[in-house]
Amino acid sequence: MRTISAFLCGLIFGLGLVISGMTDTTRVLGFLDVLAIPKGAWDPTLVIVMVAALAVSMPGLMLARRRSPLLADVAAWPTRKDIDKPLLAGAVMFGIGWGLVGLCPGPAIANLATASPMIIQFVAAMIAGMLAHDFWRRGLTKREAAMAADG
Amino acid sequence: MAPFDPVSAAVGGALIGLAATLLMVFTGRIAGISGILGDLVDLAGGDRLWRLAFIAGVVAAPLVFAVGGHALSAPAMPGWIIVTIAGLLVGFGTRLGSGCTSGHGICGIARLSPRSIVATVTFVAVAMLLVAITRHAI
Repeated sequence: MRTISAFLCGLIFGLGLVISGMTDTTRVLGFLDVLAIPKGAWDPTLVIVMVAALAVSMPGLMLARRRSPLLADVAAWPTRKDIDKPLLAGAVMFGIGWGLVGLCPGPAIANLATASPMIIQFVAAMIAGMLAHDFWRRGLTKREAAMAADG
Repeated sequence: MAPFDPVSAAVGGALIGLAATLLMVFTGRIAGISGILGDLVDLAGGDRLWRLAFIAGVVAAPLVFAVGGHALSAPAMPGWIIVTIAGLLVGFGTRLGSGCTSGHGICGIARLSPRSIVATVTFVAVAMLLVAITRHAI
């Protein structure tokens, strides 16, 4: 049941991306191109998508918070509140990559359906980047633990 | 450029918000794509089945949409060097920054999380700056 509901949620999520036009890199880059505003060539689609998504997820997640999940023992709500360097550095790196191509992880995954070699290349590089981060992070944690032990 | 279609944008956006809500209601998970994919491919990760199912659903969506008579076309992409650099940055950056447009932008802002608001403002501003440079300065 949990697997089926996760699949259906992914399907609805993906349909939302396709219907809204967020799988189209031209649209996303058209939104990011703020210097096109004075020329009237700016694409406001992403703003509408974001507002519509939040109009549903804000009350939706607030209601979800009041009870336990239907198919799990506990809900995995994020708890951190601190603004730290990794958060900012990660957001900057992601922003550069997003601005270069116009693809964030969701639309990149949805576009795999087109079997386009360039999309596959992007997703492969994205996964490599994720694995590289995890590898680096683990090495860092080990070194920190070793230093603490020495100290 | 495809003409601006506010109705499709709103309907699609609402579906994204609905999916994020349903995933939390049923499985108790945040619909953050980079987190779901990252934990799926992480060698030390566990609990992979629901993550794989969610990702499969996202990939299946354009195919389902195509069955409805809509064209399935790959988006415009730059050359492979830029694509590879961008992919690496998106992958590493979303892991380091604990989220992307979905996890921070939709789920996080919906929860009024300060981390997600700061992250979203940062990556949108950086991406806008980058497009300003690549489209207007170079």
